[in-house]
Amino acid sequence: MPEQPGRSAIEVRGVRKVFGSGESQVAALDTVSVSIRENEFFTLLGPSGCGKTTLLRLIAGFDFPSAGEILLHGQDIAPLPPFKRPVNTVFQNYALFPHMTVAENIGFGLEMLGKPKAEVKARVADMLKLVKMEALSNRRTSQISGGQQQRVALARALAPQPKVLLLDEPLSALDFKLRKEMQIELKRLQHQTGITFIFVTHDQEEALTMSDRIAVMSSGKILQVGTPWDIYDKPAERFVADFIGETNFLTAAISGMANGKARATLKSGATIDATVAEGFQPKDNATVVVRPEHAKLTSGKGDLSGTVENIVYFGTDTHIHVRLDSSETFTVRQQNTRSAGCGFERGDKVGISIGNDAAQVLRD
Amino acid sequence: MASAKQVAKQAERREIRDRWLLSAPALIIIFLAATGPLLIVVIYSFLTPGPYGDVVWKFSTDGWLSVLMQRDIFDDTLAFADAHLSIFWRSAKLSFLTTILTLLFGFPTAYFIATRPARQRDIWLFLITIPFWTNLLIRTFAIQEVIRNEGIVNTVLIKLGIISQPIQMMFTDFALMVGMTYVYLPLMVLPLYASMEKIDFRLVEAGYDLYANRFQVLRRVIVPLVKPGIIAGSILVFIPALGAYVTPRVLGGSKNMMLGNLIELQFGQGRNWPLGSALSLSLMAIVMVALLLYVRSVGGRGGAHG
Repeated sequence: MPEQPGRSAIEVRGVRKVFGSGESQVAALDTVSVSIRENEFFTLLGPSGCGKTTLLRLIAGFDFPSAGEILLHGQDIAPLPPFKRPVNTVFQNYALFPHMTVAENIGFGLEMLGKPKAEVKARVADMLKLVKMEALSNRRTSQISGGQQQRVALARALAPQPKVLLLDEPLSALDFKLRKEMQIELKRLQHQTGITFIFVTHDQEEALTMSDRIAVMSSGKILQVGTPWDIYDKPAERFVADFIGETNFLTAAISGMANGKARATLKSGATIDATVAEGFQPKDNATVVVRPEHAKLTSGKGDLSGTVENIVYFGTDTHIHVRLDSSETFTVRQQNTRSAGCGFERGDKVGISIGNDAAQVLRD
Repeated sequence: MASAKQVAKQAERREIRDRWLLSAPALIIIFLAATGPLLIVVIYSFLTPGPYGDVVWKFSTDGWLSVLMQRDIFDDTLAFADAHLSIFWRSAKLSFLTTILTLLFGFPTAYFIATRPARQRDIWLFLITIPFWTNLLIRTFAIQEVIRNEGIVNTVLIKLGIISQPIQMMFTDFALMVGMTYVYLPLMVLPLYASMEKIDFRLVEAGYDLYANRFQVLRRVIVPLVKPGIIAGSILVFIPALGAYVTPRVLGGSKNMMLGNLIELQFGQGRNWPLGSALSLSLMAIVMVALLLYVRSVGGRGGAHG
């Protein structure tokens, strides 16, 4: 996906958030800086406890940063209470008002903004149409299904036309099929409304399929920001490579660094081309990652050699786990065909060849 | 086929009999503890007062008639008298005011407790219930100690030179309100807390997120969600307040009588048990009507909550 240059909708500058005090102090966010562009579908991705929800809550205004600035279109909003920020949230469990109907929920924000009744009514009708909930406008929120509640929560947050929409794991409560549907629905809504979406999730697949850009977070820090393609194919750190998809880690000596490329000499003695992560400091034993689908298994000699340890069939493809002669493990993913098996058996001596554009050198 | 039907019928009959037998203890207790005494009060209200209290077993409607009328001593004619009615009205007014005051003080208290960390809440709740351990009479006298002319408030104010003469607070409606609010406050706080504890505070955040300021969040989100607690608390305060006896007796004095005192008077000095019984039943009727109106006004909308 091409990067679209644009003004930044949200600019987070050196934000720290510390909970507790004294000995029990915990830094939920450790000096985070990130810039989120206008009209972007931006995802904060990380395991639970990584600080992604904390960052979202700081942007929404439910918590205030211990240090740093949060700019919305260039204006510092960090000291503003949530009801003075043109930012709306879709909560993890929707947080729909149980004492109001679907339409009342959607109209609540507009009403609080003091919009005239007729305008509220018209906008609620638009929103109901946008999320395809016209028929249920007078239902109580307890009388509709989880997926429908999700749509109402979206409509409610979009109705006041916020500058930025925050989504806190909004799909996590839905079952698999509904989640897939809502992923597409969310993309459609983002496209249609042109509002900047900041989406929080721990689901790497969700992040890859929906986002324009992803920030991968771990223990209160942003490790890498990039397009899904960047994050998957050019991970900067071990955590990123490990958290997103499956990958193989190899130790190698790096030489001939130029233009973000280098030669990596593996333990087997073979030398392969690799791209190098930004901020890489030359050192003796660097880590090289190769995705399982970017390597090829051969019965002859390859860049690496080893013994087939296990073969796992996945329907679309087969994973072949190889114990390398250097005692590291390496997994190769092979596309299946109908006519034949994978062509290898447990205990086979095999070679692994790594393509020209398959390896990435990590910075840590 | 016929015999099968008969067997089934017999089994059914046996089941019904067993059911009655099993519920008999409960039914007997309900009758003895609730219906029985009430029945006695109803019967007494239709009898003639005895010369030294008690009743004479002679049917009379005078007890009921005297609730709103007075029999002339000389010519025996009945005329409307508003003495009792004004006490009814006064009791209703003061009880309503007590309910409002306990709600005003109880709401922030309950909200404060409900928003503490789980472990702290138990301590606060415990503190709220401590007054229940002390006898009502003693608590009322304690209030008297605070507000009487030589009491703590007046002494301190005089010592500080703010006033030169003690402020008369005892035997006023003010004293009554202080006492009643104090006594009934826990009955308001506890049901309010029970409702607030169940609130998902993300709803409050959602309110703020959707541009509602603090007052709007309170009015549009918190109050509607706590409504069951407000209703339960109001009922729990209003009903006993209406029949309050000790507090108006100690703090209100003989001039500021409430219904409870009026009823007591009939069974004591007044020596008119039938009138006392009739007044008690009137109080019950008022409470029941008030409750019915309440339940209906809430129930109609409450049902739609699903």
